[in-house]
Parts: sequence; structure tokens; C-alpha cells
Amino acid sequence: MTDMMRLIAPLIPALRRYARALLRNPADADDLVQDCLERAVGRWHQRQAGGDARTWLFAILHNLAVTQMRQRARRGAHMPIEDMAEATLAVAPTQESALRHRDLMCALDALPEEQRSVLLLVTVEGLSYSETAEILAIPTGTVMSRLSRARDRMIQSMDGAEAAVPAKRPLLRRVK
Amino acid sequence: MTMRPIGEDDLQGFVDERLDTARRREVEAYLADHPEARARVDRLVDMGDAMRAAFAPIAAEPVPARLNLTRIVEARRRPQRPVWQAMAAGLLLLLGGAAGWGLRDVVSPVPTGIAALAQAASMNYAVYAPDHTRPVELAAADRNELAGWFSARLKRTVGVPDLSGAGYRLMGGRLVATQQGPAGLLMYDDGHGARFVMLMRPMSVPGDAPMQPHTSGTSNGYAWAQDGLGYSLVGAADPAVLHPLADAIRRATSPKAI
Repeated sequence: MTDMMRLIAPLIPALRRYARALLRNPADADDLVQDCLERAVGRWHQRQAGGDARTWLFAILHNLAVTQMRQRARRGAHMPIEDMAEATLAVAPTQESALRHRDLMCALDALPEEQRSVLLLVTVEGLSYSETAEILAIPTGTVMSRLSRARDRMIQSMDGAEAAVPAKRPLLRRVK
Repeated sequence: MTMRPIGEDDLQGFVDERLDTARRREVEAYLADHPEARARVDRLVDMGDAMRAAFAPIAAEPVPARLNLTRIVEARRRPQRPVWQAMAAGLLLLLGGAAGWGLRDVVSPVPTGIAALAQAASMNYAVYAPDHTRPVELAAADRNELAGWFSARLKRTVGVPDLSGAGYRLMGGRLVATQQGPAGLLMYDDGHGARFVMLMRPMSVPGDAPMQPHTSGTSNGYAWAQDGLGYSLVGAADPAVLHPLADAIRRATSPKAI
């Protein structure tokens, strides 16, 4: 029990960060982390002894997130970009950096889910390629190719955003 | 000296600072000669910094109370009874004696048919899935022996579904006791520590029964009957994960498939 507390507790901030980066909605993200922690506590004894707690937890969280994103996609729900930026992410006060920040988030949201998770796990969570492969249950070679494609796509969409600022926003506006 | 050519993986590894010193020097030398690649790599490094900076504040926030691990552990220890059960228990106390006891079957009816199968599967999941030492009696290597054993004891031919296509490895199985006689229990895992069990036994009523979801305090499941043989798949996973798996098993075990 204490072992579990000692290994899981320090990872909660990173789990929240990954969940929020994927779902982009604070309440949904914390619901997901709560679900993940409940499962982790319930299945702690099933964990392979000596296995890495971080990859194990991220795998549980990732699988829950994917299930939720697919359900969301089926229901046709939106990614609440506009609820997000100012309220919950640190946006630097200057107009220019706020715009750049927005472009970054839009580019990230525009990535296919499988590329976005690789990019976030490697770049933001600082996981190794093999840890990322384990979490996503894909070969390391696939991690590398998705990472490369995700990064080039990010650059493309950010360049596109710069070139056509007025045209971009309405496309992403919420449709009710 | 000839050098291994620099590839895309090396450039990504350079961006993520995952290269060993020797390779990093080689990539640096390459980038010095290739300004376009240099510019791309620089942008990718900047983008990584921007992403980390954008999401860093989330990890710095205080963790909300509902994500407090101590709370979550304590909440799991408390037995979770649905409100109606607590109310029914209160009612029993009020009525007392024989009158209250007489209501017992009304409040928690003894399950029959598919519901009995579902309950047996949930109970066996709760006992065997967490078992470290001997979750299964007969390991998956003896697949044919497992099918033969079950077929002999259930007095009809049963198959052992292969779910490796869906990413689940057969761990093995055992014979278990149920109110209605012997049942075969198979156990699968997903390679990430999550286990599923599938219980099968002959039903007293021949024919098919539609698939029904069921849930207990700690697990979810789907139960159905096909050609007089009842199946129940149980795991801690979300119904969204279990349902397609149950469908796949039903397809694989349908008489047409065998």
C-alpha cells in the first residue's frame, strides 16, 4: 500500500498535464485522471512486479482517453478551444505571444490523435521512445515515424496559420 | 573513416537529446554543413520548448482534492452499496422478524439463467483475476488439453477462443463450481496488467439468449447464450472495451465459425 502511494502520488501532476493536453478540457481531464487512479489502485496487485509504474499509469490513462475521445468523436462534440486558452493555460501577456500560443494549440489539436499522443509523451512528458512505444503498445519504429510526421505537420499548420490569420479562426469556431 | 549516414531518426533523437555523445557530434557536423536541416531542427527544438512551457503550469497546479490518492484508497475500502439496497436493509430492520425475512427474496432475488451465469463469472473474476501465484490451473500452452478438459466436464464440445488478434493473450484456464454445475473459466491479459475472464457452462434452457451487460462493484461484464452454452466475459475494463470483445468472442464461437 505505502509502496503504491510512494510510486503513484508523484506522478499525478504529469498525468493531469497529459490528460489535459489530450482532451483540452480541465473538468474532463480530471475526470479521466480520477478514473485512471481508481483503476490503478484497484489493479495495483495485478501490475507486473518490477514494472515501471510511470509507463503503466500512462498506459491506463491513455487507453481511457482514447476511449473517451472516440466516444466524443462519435457524438460529434467539439474541442472547446475557446474555453481553454486564456482560462487555463499560461498565456503570456503580450498580444503576439498569445497569438503564437494559440497557433501552437490549434496546430496540436489539428493533429491526428495517434500523432498527438506520441508528440506529447515524448516532448512534454519527456518519455523515452521505448517508454512511449510501451505505453501506446506500438513498435518503437512507429513511434519514430509518427513523431517525425507530427512535428512536420505542426510546422506546416503553424506556417499556414501565420500566412492566413483571418481565414483560420472561423474554421475552428464552435459549431452548435 | 566512413560514418553511418545521418537519418531522420538521428535528427529526431538530436531534437530530443536522446543521442549518445559520439552520434550527437556527427549530427552536429552534418547540420553545420546543411543549413536547411539546421533550420528545421532549430524550429523543432523551439517548438518543443514552447509546448513544454505551454503545459508546464498544469503540472504546477495544486492537485485537486478528488485526485488525492489517500481519499481514493479510502473510498475503495468502504463497501459501496447502492442506495436502494441501504433503503431495503432499513426496511427489513423496521419490519423485523419473519416479515422482514420474507422480503429477502424480493429485495435480492436469486439470479437464474443468464443473470446467474453473470454473477458466477463476476465472483470468479474477483477471486482469480487478482491471484498472483496461480491465476490459472492449466496454462495456455495446453490449449487443446484445456478444450478437451472443458468439453469432457461440460459434456459438450467447447472451444477456447483465440483473442490474440484483439491484443489479448490467453493465460490459461480452470474448472470452477457454480450453482448449476461445473463451468470452464478462461483468463486473458492485455499485456498491460489488465485481465479478463470468460466463464462458460451449459444452460438449462437450450437455444440462444441475447447479450446483456452486467456490472458488480469492481467489474463489468457481458453475458449471452449460444446454442445452449452460456458465456460471460468479465473484466475491470470499460464496457466500451468489453463489448466489442464479447461480440468478437460470440462471432468466433458461433457454430458456423467452428
